[in-house]
Amino acid sequence: MSNAPVDNSRRRFLTVATSVVGGVGVAGAAVPFIASWNPSAKAKAAGAPVEVNISKIEPGQMLRVEWRGKPVWIVNRTPEMIAGLAGHEDQLRDAASENEQQPSYAQNRHRSIKPEILVAVGICTHLGCSPQYIPEEFEAKVEGVPDGFFCPCHGSKFDMSGRVFQSVPAPLNLQIPPHYYIDDNTILVGEEQGAA
Amino acid sequence: MKKILITLLALLPALAFGAGSSVPLDHVEVDLRDKASIQRGMALFVNYCLGCHQQKYQRYQRTADDNGISLDVLKENLMFTGEKVGDHITNTMPEDDAPKWFGSTPPDLTLVARVRTPDWIYTYLRSFYVDPLRPFGVNNTVFPNVGMPHVLQSLQGIPTKIAHTAMVDGEEGVQQGEKIVVDGSGKLSPEEYDAAMRDLVNYLVYTAEPTRLESERLGTWVIGFLIIFVFFIYLLKKDYWRDVH
Amino acid sequence: MWKNLLDWIEYRIPMMRVANMHALQYPAPKNMNFWYVFGFLATIVLVNQIVTGIWLTMSYNPSAEGAFASVEYIMRDVEYGWLLRYMHSTGASAFFVVVYLHMMRGMMYGSYQKPRELLWLFGMFIYLALMAEAFMGYLLPWGQMSYWGAQVIISLFGAIPVIGDDITLWIRGDYVISGATLNRFFALHVIALPLVIVVLVFLHIVALHEVGSNNPDGVDVKRPKGSLSDDEKTKFKIHEYYTNKKDILDDIVPFFPHIVLKDLVAFGIFLILCSYVLFFTPEMGGFFLEPPNFEAANPMKTPEHIAPVWYFTPFYAILRAVPDKLLGVIAMFAAIVMLALLPWLDRCKVKSIRYRSTLHKVNLAQFTVCFVLLGYLGVKPATPTYTIMAQVASLLYFAYFGLLWLYSKNEKCKPLPERITK
Repeated sequence: MSNAPVDNSRRRFLTVATSVVGGVGVAGAAVPFIASWNPSAKAKAAGAPVEVNISKIEPGQMLRVEWRGKPVWIVNRTPEMIAGLAGHEDQLRDAASENEQQPSYAQNRHRSIKPEILVAVGICTHLGCSPQYIPEEFEAKVEGVPDGFFCPCHGSKFDMSGRVFQSVPAPLNLQIPPHYYIDDNTILVGEEQGAA
Repeated sequence: MKKILITLLALLPALAFGAGSSVPLDHVEVDLRDKASIQRGMALFVNYCLGCHQQKYQRYQRTADDNGISLDVLKENLMFTGEKVGDHITNTMPEDDAPKWFGSTPPDLTLVARVRTPDWIYTYLRSFYVDPLRPFGVNNTVFPNVGMPHVLQSLQGIPTKIAHTAMVDGEEGVQQGEKIVVDGSGKLSPEEYDAAMRDLVNYLVYTAEPTRLESERLGTWVIGFLIIFVFFIYLLKKDYWRDVH
Repeated sequence: MWKNLLDWIEYRIPMMRVANMHALQYPAPKNMNFWYVFGFLATIVLVNQIVTGIWLTMSYNPSAEGAFASVEYIMRDVEYGWLLRYMHSTGASAFFVVVYLHMMRGMMYGSYQKPRELLWLFGMFIYLALMAEAFMGYLLPWGQMSYWGAQVIISLFGAIPVIGDDITLWIRGDYVISGATLNRFFALHVIALPLVIVVLVFLHIVALHEVGSNNPDGVDVKRPKGSLSDDEKTKFKIHEYYTNKKDILDDIVPFFPHIVLKDLVAFGIFLILCSYVLFFTPEMGGFFLEPPNFEAANPMKTPEHIAPVWYFTPFYAILRAVPDKLLGVIAMFAAIVMLALLPWLDRCKVKSIRYRSTLHKVNLAQFTVCFVLLGYLGVKPATPTYTIMAQVASLLYFAYFGLLWLYSKNEKCKPLPERITK
């Protein structure tokens, strides 16, 4: 070992510079490992928007379609159902749909583009079960409300717009997926208009 | 010693073994940045090849996105069987029937450019010739007794091999400077046909490794970064070792 | 606060003690040249293989029906999957590049000689495990070369008299290579062999640190306890584990930061070379990824020319050079066993090639040339000329060990320096 004085400022600068460059390198090397956990092209292709023909759904009936592995409900609501939506709003948690559980074009009482057609993700906002559609016999669950959705897992209740009732475990209204009408009889679920 | 190592390393690719063809291959200039060429190549592929050959590992949408094809153009002009854009490029030929029609299942072409090399495909596509002894009436100088008809005949015309096929070492049909001429009945002139085949090869090279350009782009950055890293770490190393010697 | 936490841990597990002993305050000869970086590089590559391997396993499908497609799924559909896969495939070849250079270093500087015999043996076991790991890994893409290469190698066991056929059947678990073979190779490749390799690497390093690193002069940097004055001893802070046993000359540097920095420079240059291959020519002209392997395995059709991946070809060439099946297999394995026996075949007391006889230098040079030549011949088809060349090279390969045993006993070496030079 020689006794030459060590130029500490140079060494400190180089240590810091090397550490910074090395740190950037480690961070950069982590990117592919992290990014590879994103949905693959296969998952994205399987989760692509779904075209649904709604012309065959009778009033009061529900059609289930699969989008991104989840059930999506399409309900053709009767005029009575639509009229009834205003009747029980004092019993709802979020009657005006203020929480962002829907695209802006569905932030209304019927939570849909066309008043009669409800498009909603059929997954309870509590713990992920799929609620049951109970037309005409919902009175047994909520007095004065003839139709609605009931989750068998923990008893959460939703009205015909997918709005959650008070004093049930589910905190939020059912989610409304992005969707639009290609024509009068066809809905594309999973994409905003003009997104492609 | 270091120099020898580096030289050896640089020589390695030169020692590489080809796809084992006995016929001299024509060279084709592949350019993955030539999107127009790849687009024309894709059009050729879906019109002439896809009937029998699939690309079952490659998706339509990926191909379109990577090569500047809009989804509308893709759906209108390049997809015929009502698939979704996210689907793989496949046909509906029943797998059991293929061997009956052609003697064997037409191979998947997603990776053909990596199996055969671009030059091989380019030469192969331009080496069909009329041979009445074969079931489909054509043979191929690069792939003798190939079980495939000349599907591009409407483009190329009827190709004939004019040549002296000499006897060499007791073997028939050995190449002796022969060439293939066409009768002019095709839609394309010989030059246009060669250009079209280059487009097709370009497209096949793309599908064989769709990440090629991305890889080279990223690689340039990575190597640039590493040079900076080596620069600093070298100075730091020198600084510490200055005390030692 | 920080110190308290460290003390709390140290009281319960010897974290800092181990770090100081095996990394921070390990004494390394200061004259170690660039040949001494390949051990570090091999460790880095091992980490790369393990990490990228874990990530590939997340998307790979180990079945005869799905394996090939899942590799293309990784290459196309998984975000950055192509990069992870090329890191793994390039890493496999890079592993053998650095391991071969690492072994070459050992042979040049006599690093296998007393007292490093066990260290060398652990290294040879790592090499064997690595070859098994690489062989099994190569089956997983389920391409034509994967399939037929495995077919050929497994058939080697058929050369064993009497029980050969039963053994090949047992290894495959089927009458041909099939999904059953693929699944067991997958299990061994991703779980069993990596564990074995990691344990062996651990033992390799423990053995190294017990006896200390060799150096290009092959002279010791330690002296018996109490024989050195303070002036002659190293001024660096060295762990007492080493200083309590021996006096250490002023010829060493601590592993950290001196050796680490040096290794990191090599690491950076090594990464540049690897990145060039990985990003610009991942097939490396057919040596790292063979063209027929881009075609899914087809038990009905053999590729025109089967060659193992380049890192097996020297031994493959020896196998083919012997005209008898059983003797060929024996010769191939003997070629590896010979390397393992080096500590006992070399009876010379002088370690480094710098001070050994011209005869030894020539012998080692011809061995190196033959090894590379055999590697080249192994990828080529076995034409008559090539076969004769391979036979000559094989003979010379074995001659290295025989001659070494003969001349090393009374070898005329140059005088060794007292201490390391520079």
